[in-house]
Amino acid sequence: MDIISPLPGIFYRKPGPGKDPYVTEGESIIAGQTIGLVEIMKQFSEVRADVAGVLVRFEIEDFGIVNPGDVIAVTS
Amino acid sequence: MKKLLIANRGEIAVRIIRTARELGITTVAVVSEADKASYAADLADEAIVIGPAPAGLSYLSHEAVLKAAADSGADAVHPGYGFLSENAEFARKVIAAGLTWVGPSPASIELMGDKSRARRAAIDAGVPTLPGTETALQDSDDIEAIAAFIGYPLVVKASAGGGGRGIRLVVNPDELVATVDIAQAEALAAFDSSDVYFEKFVSRARHVEVQILGDGANFVHLGDRDCSMQRRQQKILEEAPAPGLPDEVRQRMRDSSLELARKAHYVGVGTIEFLYDPETHEAAFIEMNTRIQVEHTITEAITGIDLVREQLRIASGEKLGLTQEDVHFTGHALEFRINAEDPDNNFMPSPGIIKALTLPGGVGVRSDFGFVAGKSVAPFYDSLLGKIIVWAPTRDIAIARAERALDETDIEGIKTTVGLLRRLVSLADFAEVNHHTKYIETAVDLIGVAK
Repeated sequence: MDIISPLPGIFYRKPGPGKDPYVTEGESIIAGQTIGLVEIMKQFSEVRADVAGVLVRFEIEDFGIVNPGDVIAVTS
Repeated sequence: MKKLLIANRGEIAVRIIRTARELGITTVAVVSEADKASYAADLADEAIVIGPAPAGLSYLSHEAVLKAAADSGADAVHPGYGFLSENAEFARKVIAAGLTWVGPSPASIELMGDKSRARRAAIDAGVPTLPGTETALQDSDDIEAIAAFIGYPLVVKASAGGGGRGIRLVVNPDELVATVDIAQAEALAAFDSSDVYFEKFVSRARHVEVQILGDGANFVHLGDRDCSMQRRQQKILEEAPAPGLPDEVRQRMRDSSLELARKAHYVGVGTIEFLYDPETHEAAFIEMNTRIQVEHTITEAITGIDLVREQLRIASGEKLGLTQEDVHFTGHALEFRINAEDPDNNFMPSPGIIKALTLPGGVGVRSDFGFVAGKSVAPFYDSLLGKIIVWAPTRDIAIARAERALDETDIEGIKTTVGLLRRLVSLADFAEVNHHTKYIETAVDLIGVAK
């Protein structure tokens, strides 16, 4: 299952500067877990996993630009 | 000043370029990769791409902006508002590079940027303040006793906050300790300083502010503004002068603001913000902003003074050149912030391409936009597209003129706040000045139903 961005904006893997990432590649995740943030016009939305699994890899880097429908992360 | 670099984007970059051009100053726009084709880039004499779309890698990068200044041969930097405008460290780097900083001294920026120090400076200048702590809370303080002395409800404010950010309300004494802990943790995360202080909370306040202008030795005020129409502490409709203030309150705000500027040897434009309680008729200091404000246009409308021109003149080392007697106030002005947001869907940001942009005209109407038709509104930055400003001899005529001007406005391709502003300006509560800073949140029928 891929995790898709519903919004355009900037993707962040950390809740703030100097913080640990929400998730690192290879980690197990549960349904509803926050894996990052998308900022659109200074508003921040959490990006959540729909189902439990393993976050295999991020397709968008930290501070990367996303468009609606872009795959942010690949899970298994 | 021969060549001015504008370290900003959108409508304020356009605003600064316009006055610079009138003064015969060459302009350099710095843009992110997302803004290469922006209206500001089109208008400026030169545009330099300084980094990728995220502001942290472009508009907020000291190194990237300073490199562009060096490469372009600019001799001055105007920071606009937001971004680096209240960053003392950046101001110091600009000055150290031998460039003119269009703004107050780094020391003034630091003083007013630390909200508990600014509060202390305001008290020393005789500016009315709300009951509260005079400095940031210390670990050894008996915070429960201090809070009881100030009285509930109160707000816990981050010293490094400002602009409505870093504020938490405490209604119940039982919540005090936990709220202070959270506020300190949040302040540390957001502002890199855990300093917080207390201030009495005013429940139905108006937001009133005084514009000042100084050259370090001479100072004038340019009157007041009311910015009480806000959503989530962000202003959306402002007016000048502030309506319905008792004369003695208005005079005390203006005089004490001048005194605060004088004591700080302030250079340039600055705004002293107050909460005004319409029930007790008391005004109290909130903070001082050490930069040009979005709503400077309504002060320009009632005084005829170009504030950006004054900023550039004073930064060049010229004297103020006007006394308080030279400042005359005429008529009433309203400003409407047109944001790329959908008020009918919880103010969801609405980036996209502007297919049509029909702006109003006619007597007493000004439009300051950072965009023209065909331009793209990127999802990466603030949602402000531009401002519509109306001036008229009286407040009543200004309201009628605003209704007419907003009716003429048509923006296609993206959602905007035009319709909401049109509803707000026609409200009896606005005409009668019954609104306050939480008014929009309490009038849910105004902003439609979330879909």
